[in-house]
Amino acid sequence: MSAVTALGRLRAAATGYAQPAATVRHRHLSDRPLVFVPYAMAGEAFAPLAALIGDDPDAPHLFVVPQPRDRQRRFAHVAELARILVPYLTEHLSSTETVERRNDEAYERALDAPQVIVPSRGGIEYLHLLGRSTRFRRTEGEYAVHPDVPLMGRWCTYLADRARMPGSSVLLALTDLLTQTWSTGQSDLENGELAALMGWVDPERGRTGAETARDAEGAPPAGPATAPEFDEKLAPLIAAYDTAERAENSRAAARAEERIRDLLGVELMPTWHRVWRGLELMRELPPGASVAGRWETDRMSYSLFAADLDSPDSRPQPRIPGAVAAAQQLSRREQAQSRLDTEQLRDDPLLMAEARLSGQAFRGRVAAVEADRMVTEPGKKQARPRPLLVVRTTDEPLLLRETELECVERPKARAKLIAVADGPDGTREVRIELTGGMGRGKTPEEGSIPEEGELLCWTVAASGFRGGPKWPSPEETPWTHGGPPEPRKELQEGEVRQPDEEELAAAEEPWV
Amino acid sequence: MGTTDTRLDLLRGSLPTRNHNARTVAALAANPGCARRGVMDAAGIDKTVLAARLGQATAYGQSPFAIVRGHAFEALVKADGGAGLRELLHDVLGVPPEAVADGEYAELGGELPEDAEQDKKRPGREERVARTRSALRRALEDARPGLCAILDHPLLPLDVSGTRAYLEPDAMACLIAGRLHVVEIKSFSVIDGGADPAKLASAARQAAVYVLALQQTMAELGHPPDVVSTDVVLVCPKDFSNQPTAALLDIRKELAVTRRRLARLARVDDLLAPLPAGLSFDLGEEAAPQAVADAVAAVPAAYIPGCLSTCELAYFCRAEARACQSGHGPGGLAGTLGTAIRGELGGIDDIGRALDLADGKCAPERGEEEIARVLRRAEALRREVLDDVAARRSAGLAGAVAAS
Ligand code: SF4
Repeated sequence: MSAVTALGRLRAAATGYAQPAATVRHRHLSDRPLVFVPYAMAGEAFAPLAALIGDDPDAPHLFVVPQPRDRQRRFAHVAELARILVPYLTEHLSSTETVERRNDEAYERALDAPQVIVPSRGGIEYLHLLGRSTRFRRTEGEYAVHPDVPLMGRWCTYLADRARMPGSSVLLALTDLLTQTWSTGQSDLENGELAALMGWVDPERGRTGAETARDAEGAPPAGPATAPEFDEKLAPLIAAYDTAERAENSRAAARAEERIRDLLGVELMPTWHRVWRGLELMRELPPGASVAGRWETDRMSYSLFAADLDSPDSRPQPRIPGAVAAAQQLSRREQAQSRLDTEQLRDDPLLMAEARLSGQAFRGRVAAVEADRMVTEPGKKQARPRPLLVVRTTDEPLLLRETELECVERPKARAKLIAVADGPDGTREVRIELTGGMGRGKTPEEGSIPEEGELLCWTVAASGFRGGPKWPSPEETPWTHGGPPEPRKELQEGEVRQPDEEELAAAEEPWV
Repeated sequence: MGTTDTRLDLLRGSLPTRNHNARTVAALAANPGCARRGVMDAAGIDKTVLAARLGQATAYGQSPFAIVRGHAFEALVKADGGAGLRELLHDVLGVPPEAVADGEYAELGGELPEDAEQDKKRPGREERVARTRSALRRALEDARPGLCAILDHPLLPLDVSGTRAYLEPDAMACLIAGRLHVVEIKSFSVIDGGADPAKLASAARQAAVYVLALQQTMAELGHPPDVVSTDVVLVCPKDFSNQPTAALLDIRKELAVTRRRLARLARVDDLLAPLPAGLSFDLGEEAAPQAVADAVAAVPAAYIPGCLSTCELAYFCRAEARACQSGHGPGGLAGTLGTAIRGELGGIDDIGRALDLADGKCAPERGEEEIARVLRRAEALRREVLDDVAARRSAGLAGAVAAS
């Protein structure tokens, strides 16, 4: 954490009101996101208990499992969810654009992609487990499930995996969005609970954020974990349902189910409203300049995943990815993280303030320009334009000579640091040499050189997004990493792929 | 002043008591600087009740569903005189099945589950400790290949800041060559070989407390500490099933941390010494919360956000820390925001004072010049950026209005 962020939190604690932590929204927000508020039963590995789901704030669907330990009811619940989720997740696939690729075939990219919002991080883990427990299920044979069940399992797995890609927006936890945008006067631990966090960000009339947050600490949790006191109320209702079921008294069972449903609905609704309110607040911020670019990457990933689902050779994501796939994934995430860090810094002057404080960037007015300076660099025959600028700043850059610089206001410009000297009134004068962004000609392009008096922010140039290391193909996995996987069987025209042993084992594993 | 025990009795009065368990010892060790918790735990005070009297009850407790499932799973693992457990031990410790197939199964607990309120229907604690000790002695003396004694719900004493706490591991197994393994049975699932990191970490911390207590007991019985393995056997349900699976949990790190922190805990006598004579937390059920608060406030605390998940007094101590002022503005103690921020403030604890330094409203003390300078610059940068953005937004808005 930098002192700039720390001050925001101190100020929030002192005033009782949340303070800005960002000046733009760093994630894409869909015009029509799907909100998903799930609850799971305590003590079970993964037993869905209830969920609110939908894309209309005024019309959530409530699905409830009256006896979460009942396997039949569990799969019925999953199929209910699938009826909402699958159409939402696939509807964007019909309008696409053709995108050419350098080293690959052209592909169809969806013009928009789905976006699922969960209240907090637990919701992402929930989707991961939902995917894990359903994607291997078989649609025929003894334990056949509805065909939507394994399909949705693969979609949920896709979403949960994608959510771990830095900067992606197809699955977001609202608490992450809010804490990236506002600093509160409470700890990260407390910020993890949506009700208290929303208290800070959206105080009640006449109360401070701190007070609203304190009041909200007794509110129903955002899940997926339920409150123990709530479970005390739920337990006898479930017991009543069980008794009625055992007695084969379907009217009593229906009544008991209705009461379970009502209780859960009341418990989940406050979170549902908070999520939509939180999204409303997020929408008030303008998106960062690079957000659309990252969303394009999401659209690509979404389209490619959907295309893979469609192919006859498609298989569920493995339980544990192979060594090569895991290494590739890790490296892709690292690249995405560094891209994200750089882009967010450019997009947000408040983040840039941290870089300025630490001496990695500086902002100031151009005090002098030597526009027609030409330099013949060693080993080159021709002299090239190398204009000199003097930027006067109150910042304290801690940069070495020759450091490559980029400019926020003039994204094309490249420069090299020559020297930092003391200027008048305690300022510093940074001499920099423009090295790029002036066109290819012998003289700089019109308007490519900053003018005297321009206010510019310079920062260390990003190292560029080179392709990651070369990975062996899965067939070349070294024995130290488990060796190559079993070769895949070539499919004949019209043949349907048969699940392998791994998948069969997973399909038959008990889910109690 | 009275002896330690009479002073602790006075502090507790007729407040309900609660014994230490591995979770509370681990929690105490997590915040060794807190005298308040040290005193209350030594007096065996049930802090839930006290928090309620302070008007700051925290929602603690376990879901009935989790409790039922936890007990069912433990019963399943221990069924048939631990036959299933023996199988798991053979698997996880990599020993031939014959090596664990036989041996005493010593049932050392009472009928009551671990978290039952009081030890009323059970044999007395010291009696159970004695039984545990003799079972251990038997197991170690009999130790010969092919024999593995299992001790079900043993009770181990542990010295915590000068008072005796009693700990009850789920089970212990005594193996060939006299190696003892603590067995922890948890009902969270291991899915595809991984488990919830937070739950795993807390299981490891609790296991470390058991291992420490067992080492102490073994030392008293004349055995070196390394007869106790630092590889704890963790038994959990596998994937989405009820089927138990076992894994070894290396708790050497947690053991070292717990040992160090418990050693750092001040002795109760030293915590009691500075307290006003006659101090009691028990002011009766009808006492005004403020009066109880005054009594509790007489013992210094060290609130950190981690208290929220480990201590029943967290809401009270948090409110106190937030309200704390040192002649500057409001804000309270920086520790309420977490440890990362304290690092950023270079030792300045008071939020009001840090802000006054940032705003140039007060002069830094010696040694604070650098952090004060950073804070002032950070504040200037924040101002510049936020004013700029606000100006641009309102210009944008004005532009939009003019255009329409
Ligand atoms: S909540 Fe209070 S009493 Fe408990 S450990 Fe934290 S500071 Fe100490």
